[in-house]
Amino acid sequence: MPEITVTVNRAAETVEVPDNMLLSTLLRDVLRLTGTHIGCDTSQCGACTVHVDGQSVKSCTMLAVEADGCSVTTIEGLADGDTLHPMQAAFREHHGLQCGFCTPGMIMAAVAFAERNPEPTDAEVRHGLEGNICRCTGYQNIVEAIMAGARAMQRAGRES
Amino acid sequence: MNPFKLHRAKSLEEATGVFKSADEARFLAGGQTLIPVLKQRLAAPSDLVALAGIDGLAGITVGDGQVTVGAMTRHAHVAASEDVRRLIPALAHLAGGIGDPHVRNRGTMGGSLANNDPAADYPAAVLGLGATVVTDRREIAADDYFQGLFTTALDEGEMITRIVYPVPERAGYVKMPHPASRYCLVGVMVSKGPAGVRVAVTGAGQDGVFRVPEMEARLAENFSVEALSGVKVAPDDLMSDIHSGADYRAHLIGVLARRAVAKAVV
Repeated sequence: MPEITVTVNRAAETVEVPDNMLLSTLLRDVLRLTGTHIGCDTSQCGACTVHVDGQSVKSCTMLAVEADGCSVTTIEGLADGDTLHPMQAAFREHHGLQCGFCTPGMIMAAVAFAERNPEPTDAEVRHGLEGNICRCTGYQNIVEAIMAGARAMQRAGRES
Repeated sequence: MNPFKLHRAKSLEEATGVFKSADEARFLAGGQTLIPVLKQRLAAPSDLVALAGIDGLAGITVGDGQVTVGAMTRHAHVAASEDVRRLIPALAHLAGGIGDPHVRNRGTMGGSLANNDPAADYPAAVLGLGATVVTDRREIAADDYFQGLFTTALDEGEMITRIVYPVPERAGYVKMPHPASRYCLVGVMVSKGPAGVRVAVTGAGQDGVFRVPEMEARLAENFSVEALSGVKVAPDDLMSDIHSGADYRAHLIGVLARRAVAKAVV
């Protein structure tokens, strides 16, 4: 089995993985980071969204070996200790969830989106969410949370 | 997924060599189709040859009235490229509408074209802009490349290395995306330029992407929305499925072609 080194949430992990292991399996079953959810497992729902070298990807549609040498961020890596990431705080503030199953993927998608679009319109947020499915909310509060989260990320960026 | 041996190729020669010596190999580009196919066990290759580690397969260059896109260039890169947005904005727009943001961060132009899904976007770009598909062994004109559902002119083990687009005078692309998958229910690319006047339709044909000669003839005389009024596409060779009948797809081709021309003439 190939040995790979992946930086996950700022910690280097060296693991042996089978050639056909998915990145989502590595994160959940090997590294026990179960915040990354498996929803459809057919590349449609986006619950498994994580960042690989700063870009949002569906971790159920990438081989673990392909992440060798990369930096991966999961939902567990967003908060700073007890302080939520501004996008996480915005989802809580605006109630951008009901059952919460899609939320980790939504937030990872939202953070990557807001980094590229610091001042998005409603339509841009909805276009940016095409890879993430929520079956509870009707998206309205998710969109509001992302608009607010993007502004908060900008403020936090200016202050740091 | 069935087990397979994964090779991380460092050069074209290594990739094609490994492919040849394996029982049943597949190239792995961005994996946004191949990995779901493997997960559903619709394919069970003995070996996968990953192309991401080969230098020189990704990137966009311009010159001599052409835009050249490396086969491993991700859709997000094509969509965001200043060169593509300036020289072929219809291509940047098309790339930015493929799948969703996460798929666009992984999926590649070469992978999409090698797969030739009948509802994919890039086949309409290549045929509708009259591009040339360059492989490890030859150059294939768009008109010769697409040969039916999931079928191309590529030989076994032949690898796309880049796609060369002539810069058109004008071009426009409009699609009706499937609301869940974002694949094309119908997508139409129209263009006028060094490759002539072209109208290419994806998502609709039973044999994959195709050109519409009657529309092209009308547009060659007068490249305007009005020139297409009254032109109808017969539903006979179009797909019918749970999402849409052939007659609706035929209707959409007319509507979207006129919208694409309207975008192209702005």
